[in-house]
Amino acid sequence: MKHFFSLLHHELRALLIAPSTYAAGVLFLFLMGWIYWRILLQYSIEPQEGLPASMFFQLFWLPVFFVVPLLTMKSVAEERRTGTLETLMTAPVSALEVILGKFFAAYLFYCLLWLLTLGFPWLVSITLDSSSTNGLLLDRGALLGGYSFVAVSGLLFIAVGIFSSSLTRSQFVAGMLSFCILFIIIIGMRELQEETMTWLPWFGETLEYMQIFRHLEDFSLGVIDTRPFFFYLSNSALVLGISVLVVEAKS
Amino acid sequence: MTANGFSIEVKNLTKRYQRTTAIEDVSFDVKHGEVVGFLGPNGAGKSTTMRILCGLIPATSGIARIGGLAVSTRIDEVKRLIGYMPENNPLPEDMRVREYLRFRARLKDISGKKLKNRLEEVLDLCDLNRKTSNKVIGTLSKGYRQRVGIADAIMAEPRVIIMDEPTIGLDPHQIIAIRELIESFRDKMSVIISSHVLAEVELSCDRVIIINQGHIVATGTADTLREEFIKKIKYKLKMKGGLGGMGRLLKEIDPGITWSPMGKPDAEGFLNITISTSYSEDLSEQILERIQSQSGLRLRAFTRVDPSLEDIFLSATRRSWKEILPEAIGSVEEVQP
Repeated sequence: MKHFFSLLHHELRALLIAPSTYAAGVLFLFLMGWIYWRILLQYSIEPQEGLPASMFFQLFWLPVFFVVPLLTMKSVAEERRTGTLETLMTAPVSALEVILGKFFAAYLFYCLLWLLTLGFPWLVSITLDSSSTNGLLLDRGALLGGYSFVAVSGLLFIAVGIFSSSLTRSQFVAGMLSFCILFIIIIGMRELQEETMTWLPWFGETLEYMQIFRHLEDFSLGVIDTRPFFFYLSNSALVLGISVLVVEAKS
Repeated sequence: MTANGFSIEVKNLTKRYQRTTAIEDVSFDVKHGEVVGFLGPNGAGKSTTMRILCGLIPATSGIARIGGLAVSTRIDEVKRLIGYMPENNPLPEDMRVREYLRFRARLKDISGKKLKNRLEEVLDLCDLNRKTSNKVIGTLSKGYRQRVGIADAIMAEPRVIIMDEPTIGLDPHQIIAIRELIESFRDKMSVIISSHVLAEVELSCDRVIIINQGHIVATGTADTLREEFIKKIKYKLKMKGGLGGMGRLLKEIDPGITWSPMGKPDAEGFLNITISTSYSEDLSEQILERIQSQSGLRLRAFTRVDPSLEDIFLSATRRSWKEILPEAIGSVEEVQP
């Protein structure tokens, strides 16, 4: 693993000069800013249950569907299309190092984008300058829980994006595939779980454990359970492991 | 280098893709410091062999060794012995030359002061001056891109350099520059070059391996291959005079000899003639003696035409096709005028 940091540095640099990264960043911040503004607007009309931060993180899936594909679709697919992956694999580096370098570069950038949304409540609190409102906007528990959930679930989402990119030479196909898998994991699983609860309760309960919205709820309430950590870490490792095998087999 | 002096040893290498056999029973050796040309038509198996040697794809059977190490089992060590430049030389378009080479050097375990010194050395060797080395790769000409690819391949001073079509798409000046660069590696590293430019291979390489339909059909120096595959010698003459008795005159030297005029006589009446003998012995002196003994014949030019590598290549690949597809070749010969 001694080449990991060289590869990570290279990948971060590649991400920083790629137009798709900036497209993802601008779209993400614009959408999240708009969502936050709508939430505050609702609060200004009538009292709401829960904190603005909790409502904000409830919509985490919306940016995930386009930010993750945009950040990861190029990673392996483009290198395979241009042939630079072949050149890379003739150097004394392993497929594991290559995949981990790409994964952590995209993951760090994903976390950075989410961290930038901390600016929304901070800017509003400066503008309002009211201690009671600021307490609600900058509630540490809700923010810490929300960002912890984003950081942990992001491992799996980015791993899915890298896996999709490893399967094809086309960035577009990789992006679409990534979107479809994320949709199934986030929305499809919830629908399936709700359906199966009525006619196959034991299976429904098992699926409940994999419910991403349920994990978000726990994190928002400050419940730090090891099970979601294990779920995201183990599945991320599995998906990345398959990506390594795909790169080894297809190079 | 191994105890037997070979940097590359390939024995009975076979690669099959389901129903297709890309290469079959390919065997050859390359000595340390030798420059070897790998010739073959498209789809002959050149790139497949090179990709197996670099550990990019596994062989179905057979063994490939680099520096005495089996590629299949000791790939991590083998990768440190190889510098590879793939076909079309893919490079990241958005990186600067210096930046890219520094990144590649780090991957090849060169760091610190050694990296700095080696980088300057390689840039100098590949004639990538300061201005060029600070350019973005995407803006470079094809010739400079090839130099960047070669600079990357030689960065870690590998024992073996494998270059797939290094001169493809280059203009004559760039080809000469790349040839000189390859020449500088002779006796220091073992080099395998695949190329379609036969004259290029003849000029750069100590030895040639010709591959066709996944089989090695010929191997040796250009001279030994000429002896093996070219059974006739051609002569070109520029003559004037009564050529009616020419056939009889030449048959006295070699009963199988043929001659044919080329084009029309020039303003002074001199005609270009090609003579083709039926065996490989040099008959220059006998032909000249006979012509000069005839008072009606005037000779202005006489040249022995050495068969080019292209003739050898065509002859070798044709022979292998005959062995593989004798019926098909027969039918083609029948319809040829």
